[in-house]
Parts: sequence; C-alpha cells; structure tokens
Amino acid sequence: MHHTLVALVEDKPGVLNRVASLFRRRAFNIESLTVGRTDVPGVSRMTVVIESDQVDAERVTAYLYKLVNVLQVEDLRDVPAIARDLALVKVAVAGHDRAHLLRVVDETRAHIVDSGEQTMTLEITGEPPHVDAVISRLEPLGIVELVRTGRVAMRRGDTTLSAAQYS
Amino acid sequence: MMFILANRGLSRIAPLARTLGLSRLQWSQSCQPITILDTWGTIRYSTLIIGIYGVRITINLTDVPARCTLGLMPTQRSGAQIIWECLVHEGISTVFGYPGGAILPAYDAMLDYPVKHVLVRHEQGASHMADGYARAGGGVGVAIATSGPGATNLVTGIATAMMDSVPMVCITGQVPSKLIGYDAFQETDITGITLPITKHSYLVTRVEDIMPAMKEAFLLAKSGRPGPVLVDITKDAQQAKCDWEWDPSPVKLRGYRPRLAVSKGEMAKAVDLIKASKRPVILAGQGIVHSGAMQEVRQFAERINAPVAMTLLGLGGLPASHPLHIGMMGMHGEAWVNHAIQEADLLLAFGMRFDDRVTGNIKTYALTAKKIHIDVDPSEINKNVRADAAIVADLREALKDLLEVVEPADHGPWLTYIASMKGTSAVHDIQSLPDNGHLYAPHVINDIWRITEGKAIVVTDVGQHQMWEAQYYHHEAPRTLITSGGLGTMGFGLPASIGAKLARPDAEVWAIVGDGGFQMTQAELSTAAQEGIKVHVAVINNGYLGMVRQWQEFFYDRRYAATPLRSPDFVKIAEAHGLVGLRVERRPDVLDVVQRARQAEGTVLIDFRVEQEDSVYPMVPAGADLDAMIRRPHQPSVLVETAADPI
Repeated sequence: MHHTLVALVEDKPGVLNRVASLFRRRAFNIESLTVGRTDVPGVSRMTVVIESDQVDAERVTAYLYKLVNVLQVEDLRDVPAIARDLALVKVAVAGHDRAHLLRVVDETRAHIVDSGEQTMTLEITGEPPHVDAVISRLEPLGIVELVRTGRVAMRRGDTTLSAAQYS
Repeated sequence: MMFILANRGLSRIAPLARTLGLSRLQWSQSCQPITILDTWGTIRYSTLIIGIYGVRITINLTDVPARCTLGLMPTQRSGAQIIWECLVHEGISTVFGYPGGAILPAYDAMLDYPVKHVLVRHEQGASHMADGYARAGGGVGVAIATSGPGATNLVTGIATAMMDSVPMVCITGQVPSKLIGYDAFQETDITGITLPITKHSYLVTRVEDIMPAMKEAFLLAKSGRPGPVLVDITKDAQQAKCDWEWDPSPVKLRGYRPRLAVSKGEMAKAVDLIKASKRPVILAGQGIVHSGAMQEVRQFAERINAPVAMTLLGLGGLPASHPLHIGMMGMHGEAWVNHAIQEADLLLAFGMRFDDRVTGNIKTYALTAKKIHIDVDPSEINKNVRADAAIVADLREALKDLLEVVEPADHGPWLTYIASMKGTSAVHDIQSLPDNGHLYAPHVINDIWRITEGKAIVVTDVGQHQMWEAQYYHHEAPRTLITSGGLGTMGFGLPASIGAKLARPDAEVWAIVGDGGFQMTQAELSTAAQEGIKVHVAVINNGYLGMVRQWQEFFYDRRYAATPLRSPDFVKIAEAHGLVGLRVERRPDVLDVVQRARQAEGTVLIDFRVEQEDSVYPMVPAGADLDAMIRRPHQPSVLVETAADPI
C-alpha cells in the first residue's frame, strides 16, 4: 500500500539528511522523496512516498515528529488529494514516422520541450500512473534518457497544510 | 545583590560563594574595573578583598536591583565563555571531559567558571560518567571532548544514553569552520556520525549561535522522552567574541511538541478495560523514574490491587519490599512473573517499551491480555505490541487523571495464584542450595545487598553479574540501580559509578562489574583515584566472558570460542593506583571483606573469585516464548574447578 506523507520541515542544513536517515535507520523503503521551498521563507515541504501498511505509516509519522526540525506531517492516503509527477523523456526520432510520433505525443498530452537532430525531449506531467502509462507508450519508440521528479501532492478542497502558520 | 569580581580562578572561590549563601549568581569574566560601580551614584556597596590560593577576589556588597547590575556586567564574551555561561545558567556544576586542540578555547575559559571538571582517561569514560551522573542525580549530564577521535570516542556512551533515554549534553570541539569539509587534522563529521544515536544535534559555526544551541540542547535533553544531544562547536566560533547577555526567556521551538494531552476517549477505554479485568499485571518501566511517578504508581497498584512486574530499568520505581512488587520480567526475569504476564487478561504498560528482552517471542506474547500503554513517546505506541488503549502523556499526569476515576478492585485470587507459582520456584533458587564451599556470584551480590541494607546506589556493567544484581539486590528507591539496559554496553559500570558518586556524594556507590567489562574501561580507576572519591568496585571474576559463555554452553554445544579470559591481578591493579585492593575466594569471607572495603579510604576494589561456569537462571532463550524458560537445575550440573581452587 502506498502512503504519501507530506511534511513541513524547517529549512535548515541537514534536515533532508535527518529525514532520509530516519527511513534508512528504521528500514522503511522510500519510493520517492521530493523537497522544495514553500511560500514561507524558512519552511520547506517534503513529499515522501512509502510502501507500507497502515500501522507502519503511523509509526513513520510518529518518528518524523520526533525530529526537532519537522513541523507537521500529514498522510494523504485516506483523504482526497491531488498528486503529480513530472518526467522528461528523450526519445529517438531517427527511423520513426514523424507523424506517428506526433500523434503519440498528442494523444498522451505530452509536451515537446526540445528537439534535436536525433532526439526529441518530451515533458509529461500528471498523476503518477498517467506518467507511467505514457512512458510505456513511448518505450517502443526508443527512450534514450529519462528523469522523473517523484510525486508531489496536496489535499483537495479548502483544507490546507499551510506553511504560513510557521512563519 | 553581590558581586564577585576576579580575573581568574572563579572555580576556586565557588565554595566560598556557597558559604556566603550565594545561590544564584551571574558568573562572568569580570575584568571591568571597580570604578564603573562608582558611576552609579545610587549604589551603596562595601568591598571585601580576600585571598584564597593566591587568587585576589573582590567582593562587592550592593543593594542594587538585578536590572541595574546587568548593566554593569561586561557584555562582550567569547564563544568559549558563552559555553560556560550557559552551563552555569543551566545549573551544571560538574562536567566530564578530555581536552584537545579544537576544544582548547573552551578549556581555557573554563578556569574562570565555578564548574568542576573531571578529567577522564578516555572520552568513552566521559560519556558514561555523564550518563551515570544524570541517572543518579536526575539532572543533565555533560561530557566534553575535542574534535575527531575525541568526539568519536564519545559515541558508545551517546548510544548507551540514547537507548536508555538519559538526558545528556555532549559538547565537542570542531575544526575551524573554514576547514570543515577539507579533511583537516582531527576533523570528523561527528553530527553525521551521531545522527541516529542522538535526540538532536547542532553544528555551531558562529559565536552568536552558541547560546541558542546550548539552551535548546538542554531543553531537548531533559524534556519529553529524555536523550542525548550533541553540540559541535567550531574552534573559530569559540574564539570569536560577540555582545552577549543571558537570555532568560524560554526556548521556543517550532516543531518540537513532546507533551500531548491525554485523550478522553483512550482514557475511557482504559478505565473500562481496568474495570473488566480479573488478572491484571502492571508493567513498570523507567518512565516512572523519569516522570517521578513513584507515588502514583504505588497508589494506582494499591487501588486496583494489581501485581507490579518491573523492567530492568524500572527497578526501584516501586520498592522491592512492597507486597504488590512481584519482581523483574523478561529474559532473566522471575519465572512466576513471566507466567503471570502470559496468563494475564490485562497488561498496564507504564513507561516501558516492550523491548524484545522483555517480551520474548512477540507472536506468542501475552495473547490473552488486553494492553493499556502509557508512554510519553508516541512512536512507542503500537511499535512492538498493539495497544488496546494508548495514552500518550507524561506518566505521572496520566496516572493522576486515572486515579481520579478508577475504582478500587480486589484481585486476591489472582495474587494468591501468582504467589503459589513463586513458592514452587524457590527450589530452583541458588539461595536454597547448600553451601558447597564454592563462591557463587548471586551469593556475593545478595550478601552485598544485606550488608549495605539495600541502600547503596549500584551501578553495573553488562552480563551475568548484571542480571544477578537485578535478581538479588533488591532496590527500594528509584535511581539506585544504574545499568545499561538497551544497548548493553560493556565497560559502562566503572565510569558510570564515578559519575553517580559525583552526583550523589553522600550515597554509598557500588560498581558491580565482570572481569571482562571492567577491563574495557579499567583506566577510569585512575580517574577515581585522582578525584579522591569513594566507589566500591566489586569485580565478579569468573575468568570468562560469562554471559557469552553461558550462551555457548546452552546454544553452541559448549564450544567456548574466545570466552576464556585471563586477567591481571586486580588487587595489584588497585594498589598500583594507590587504592585498596581486596580479594574474596570463599563465601564465609564476604562479610568481613565487604565491611573492610566500606571502611577503607577512597575507592576500593574487591576481586570476587566466583564459580566459573555458573549460569543465570531462569532464562528465556532469545526469540523463545516468554514462559519457555530454562530453569536452574536442582543441583548445579557441572562443578569444574573454580577460581578459588589452587591455580
């Protein structure tokens, strides 16, 4: 079972290390981890995806709270949430029917962000399963390079996990 | 209001200050000329000049309000001075450490502050001493070391304190901030190394950040579930100066909220479970001692008339002589206690964490029992054992709330049943064996208990003697058994006992150690000698790494790989330190020698030459069901030559 944990943390040196070390130390497997700044200076936001059962997800949450730099943690598993993943995919263009390629791009809602003589770079944004699906459609074309950001997520509706309270 | 102005040697006048009744002082390096006082027209003062040990001290008696006197204080401080200012403000009077290059500025500033420094022989000793000091005295222990090897030598002691939730602040010097990351001489990433074994840590590179880090470190170390905090301070931060004034405001942390209110719903569930229970057992852990809930636990146990089983670190949380105290649980717990737990219908876990040494096979642990878990650390709830009611709170507060609503109950038949199991166990007890001329460690420890009337603070090392101590020295008060429970750190005993003695100078302190563990930190005997303190060191000398040998006997077909241990003459070792060394080889001599040791000046060592191949019973093999215990044979199965026999 996937759990998407969102954590507001203090933007201080070593915080990412503390969080990552916690997962390693307690033998939890991180599927993806993203960190970025929030609208509030000094507060960062992490999205951590782990594969675990409910009990372990609660344990992880409790452990995260033991880290002094962690401000707030929320498990988005059981709440309506939006999740997005972004991938940049470089595919080979040589030897392909260009029209076929453009059709795939169009159908999958990928964006062409760059093109060279041999390759074309596509950007795919969406729910992680959508990104997976697009990548598998692109595979027959010949993927030469791929990078994904990992999941970022947010609750739907008016409920917020606002960093402003920690400003 | 009183000023003490001196250029150096404030530590020397600290006793004088105490004699004068100066309990709270603004200690500072006061190089400010006295004439400044004159600029305050309203100040009346008289001046005393006293010479002690060649240090000139000026004492000014004034009646100015504190606010004004602060204005008189010189406000520029070096980082090194700020470290000591903070320690003094935190009420620290004793620190344990070892100097070195990167911490030298702090050591230089130390001479001007009323803090006693104990020079250890190895930094591991400093961290264990700080640990023993904290556990015995109830305050925060402080260890100081230099960068690199000094800092890494603290690691075992830090991990020990982390596992047993001991409040401790470790201060390490670090190479100058410009050299960090360049593999400078004696540089090591100590905050990185200690990341998983500290509650929190700081790398301080600016002088302005020292006070906030120190204040936070002390708050974190002692609040919530206590633990060790490391403050790593670069040499340039120690040397730099800044305008400084003690900030008395409480520390504000954005993300650390250790106290959680008692949930009404869980409380109601707990009350119902208690009411419905016919066979309750209270599992009493170290949380009792940390939260000071001794009285509440006792009241609660008496209210619901429930037996109380102790964890190793909980011993002393309820007096051993209390009728509801049934003894220690777990791997080497009393047989009847483990049976009672397995047959209980309700476990009330008070400040304990269901360690694997306590539960045995978790899959078969207390299957018939509902569990109420009260702990200050939310991450302990449902970690090892699923709780039916979980109260995340300070134990004392939670019990106070419970005591308001829980009704008296009588579990007479259940208590009688447990007592009957106890009766059949006595035949297995070594105390019931006839004296066959051999010296047995349990006898030695039980005799020490009798002779000290159970009033000593006993610090143990790790191994067989530790378990025998827990079984045969009966503790009546909290903080009288100091032992490395979670990490099981050999070498802990002697240094921790020195720390304990310094925290509780009036107490009789015994270090009960094995011949193996003792030799790991034996060098600290020299520290005890230098400090002129009195610790009774009882070496339970069986010529083996006894607990490992026991496992080899039980589970490895008696293949004694690397467990036979040849030791030096411990009596001579003591004598080489200018200390008294004694030896006991026969049981009838125990009383006399222990009494001689108690009367001797200074630290004294007794070499107890005990039965070599005795084992600790009962024993739940690792991972076995809690009630599947190996019991002591009615007669010891093997009696090989003992250390008492002619060599």
